Amino acid sequence: MSEEQLKKDPEKEKMKVKSVKKMKEIMTAYYIDAKTASQNGKKVGWITSGGPVEPIIVMDAIPVYPENHGAMIGAAKMGVDLCEKAEDMGYCRDLCSYARSDIAASLVNGGPIGGLPAPDFLVCGNNICGTVLKWYEIQARYYKVPLFIFDTPFCHTEFSSEAREYVRRQIDEYIKFLEEVCGKKFDMDRMKEVGRLSLQGQRLWQEVLDTSMNKPAPLSAFDAFFHLALIVTLRGTQTAVDYYVMLLEEMKERAAQKIGSIPNERYRLLWDNLPVWYKTRWLSEKFASYDACLVADTYTTAWCGSLDYLDENDFLGSMVEGYTRIYLNIGVDEMLKIIKKMIKKYEVDGFVMHSNRSCKPYSLGQYDIMKTLQKEMGLPSLMIEADMVDERSWSESQIETRIDAFMEIIKQKKG
Amino acid sequence: MNTIRQFQDVIDDSGGYARRLKQGSGGKILGYFCTYTPEEIIHAAGIHPMRLFGTRFAIAHADAHLQAYSCSLVRGVLEEALAGRLEFLDGAVFPHTCDSIQRLSDIWRLNIDFSFHADVVLPVKLDTASARKYMADVLRKFRRELEEKMGLSISDEALLKSIKTFNTIKRALEKIYRLRSENPGIISGADVYTLVKGAMIMDRSEAAEKLSAFAQALGSEKAKGPDARRRIVVSGGLCDHPVIYDLIEKSGGAVVWDDLCTGSRYFEGLVSEEGDPYEALADRYTDRVVCPAKHSSITARGDNLVRIAKEHSASGVIFLLLKFCDPHAFDYPYMKEMLDGIGVPSMLMEIEQDLPSEGQLSTRFEAFIEMLR
Ligand code: SF4
Ligand code: SF4
Repeated sequence: MSEEQLKKDPEKEKMKVKSVKKMKEIMTAYYIDAKTASQNGKKVGWITSGGPVEPIIVMDAIPVYPENHGAMIGAAKMGVDLCEKAEDMGYCRDLCSYARSDIAASLVNGGPIGGLPAPDFLVCGNNICGTVLKWYEIQARYYKVPLFIFDTPFCHTEFSSEAREYVRRQIDEYIKFLEEVCGKKFDMDRMKEVGRLSLQGQRLWQEVLDTSMNKPAPLSAFDAFFHLALIVTLRGTQTAVDYYVMLLEEMKERAAQKIGSIPNERYRLLWDNLPVWYKTRWLSEKFASYDACLVADTYTTAWCGSLDYLDENDFLGSMVEGYTRIYLNIGVDEMLKIIKKMIKKYEVDGFVMHSNRSCKPYSLGQYDIMKTLQKEMGLPSLMIEADMVDERSWSESQIETRIDAFMEIIKQKKG
Repeated sequence: MNTIRQFQDVIDDSGGYARRLKQGSGGKILGYFCTYTPEEIIHAAGIHPMRLFGTRFAIAHADAHLQAYSCSLVRGVLEEALAGRLEFLDGAVFPHTCDSIQRLSDIWRLNIDFSFHADVVLPVKLDTASARKYMADVLRKFRRELEEKMGLSISDEALLKSIKTFNTIKRALEKIYRLRSENPGIISGADVYTLVKGAMIMDRSEAAEKLSAFAQALGSEKAKGPDARRRIVVSGGLCDHPVIYDLIEKSGGAVVWDDLCTGSRYFEGLVSEEGDPYEALADRYTDRVVCPAKHSSITARGDNLVRIAKEHSASGVIFLLLKFCDPHAFDYPYMKEMLDGIGVPSMLMEIEQDLPSEGQLSTRFEAFIEMLR
């Protein structure tokens, strides 16, 4: 090693987020628990990322997230192989790659953890997309287990009183469903506790993301993609709360010491849509080479976007609104309002959109959002055409050229 | 037959037809998507409901709003609107079905200046009591929206009358389908499609009358000798390409039934003409065969296709799926498997607005139908 590199090392050590190790431990323990659930007499329920998980935790069953699994498959670069398997099974290549890789993984016990534990029941919240409905129907046929559909009417411009009543009734139906599949009574006192923990976790997650308002941002969107796993999978548990307390402290500390997520933050950007899981590192480094940090994103924010609607004193009741009015279940103009707020809050210089072939509800409408931001705020934006898991949709040289051109514009604007 | 010519003329110049209709009656016209639109309520308001299909023109405007991975129906309809070819409309109605239509509604609302825009956010699952209640609530909400925004009122009597008109159309179409299934030689697949499509565009009283008379006349049509063609059922979303029916028939097949939104999913199941009309409409929507964007049971669509194949003695099924249509693509593997289970072979054809050459299509159809012998 050269002398120079040696000197750099303590710098690099300082840059590393210490909580990463802890997170890996927690996730490993969680998956071991899930995979040995049946030996321990516990039920496993598969649930969508936007689904109402808290009641499952109340029942002491283990929630498992095929979407998180999809993300792991993508990050492990095992997506293409599984997607191709799904295509051999007759699933067209244009379908969501989370769904395709999960469906194939079920059949061959594939992916980085050798497949998910088989479910005892399925809970599908369609507040994120229509894809999950089809995907969970497929898994319900495959595993021959009961399926509960938590149907949250789409809110183009309003959350109607009719929809509110419908969702409210489904919460009761959901609890009945859980009582049946788990074979025990639902404990309302425990619900209060889990609801409180869920809210606390979401608040902490919001605070963690908020630390990116600092300049330099101690945490980037790419970091957030990683630390997100617990608010998705262990929302409503003490484990998640403890972890985010720790992460928040670390981030605050970094902010105080002015340690940024990238070495020389000069430009601040906002990311839209799911991560490109197999390229997060490449993207992060590519932008960092321009001293640009993706300081925030619309994706990880979605897991604390309902805080305004949730009520600690009536968690079950407030779930109606909290789970219906989430980011992907609202009109494009409503999404735009949230994006505008984030642009101001994090003081960003540009907007990077991942046009994600896999996810139509997230991606259709992006052109209109882009145009409005350009017109109303003069904000430059970049669109990257890709897919979150299926690497075949990634064309590096083209994307590189686009990023170069985009960063030129940002530089010229900001200097 | 004369009726088919008339329907074809309406389809060929649907814009011109709409403009003339407007001048004649001075009434309003609402465009709509998909069979989950409560046409009866629109009609009862004295408004002409007109189903929108894709475009025959190249996409020039829609690409600025929709990525290339949206289906050609969504892109095509937006193109028509942005190009100003739907200027005769007073608005559009978007029932909630798939993710693409959902976003199309937003994009449409933000970019196209019609006075009326309604989202009919139906339940996605249709197999519970609370969903059934929500369905009726949403239909009543739609009524209120029409009344308020259009400044009119919709009486239950008018709605009942509309229900009867639409039932007449559906009954006639079903009869035509049945007669064809018994005797495929009496009418071509393309002609049947012309009747179905025309019925979604033209004045409904006129359509009801003409279709009833046509069905009556067709009933007395004689079989043209034994039919050696293979009996084919077509399954999928919509097929707005009459030439496909021609090619199937030229390749030695006879389309005897279908499982399409521009076909049996449109006319199967009548609305009750008794009791509260909103409850009756809600019942029909919850009882009817679902589209893949809705849920009634995990095997509902497969069961239905198997039933159709058996009932109409299908020798084979052709899945016609629109490229980038997620709900249908997700259902295909299990539906195919269920057909395999009863020994009915099937083939998959992915279609877009622009079809492959006729030669290519024929080769594939011929190969499939040959195998059915
Ligand atoms: S990526 Fe999009 S389409 Fe796929 S499951 Fe998630 S929200 Fe649904
Ligand atoms: S259901 Fe399929 S064909 Fe119909 S609009 Fe949606 S994606 Fe397009």
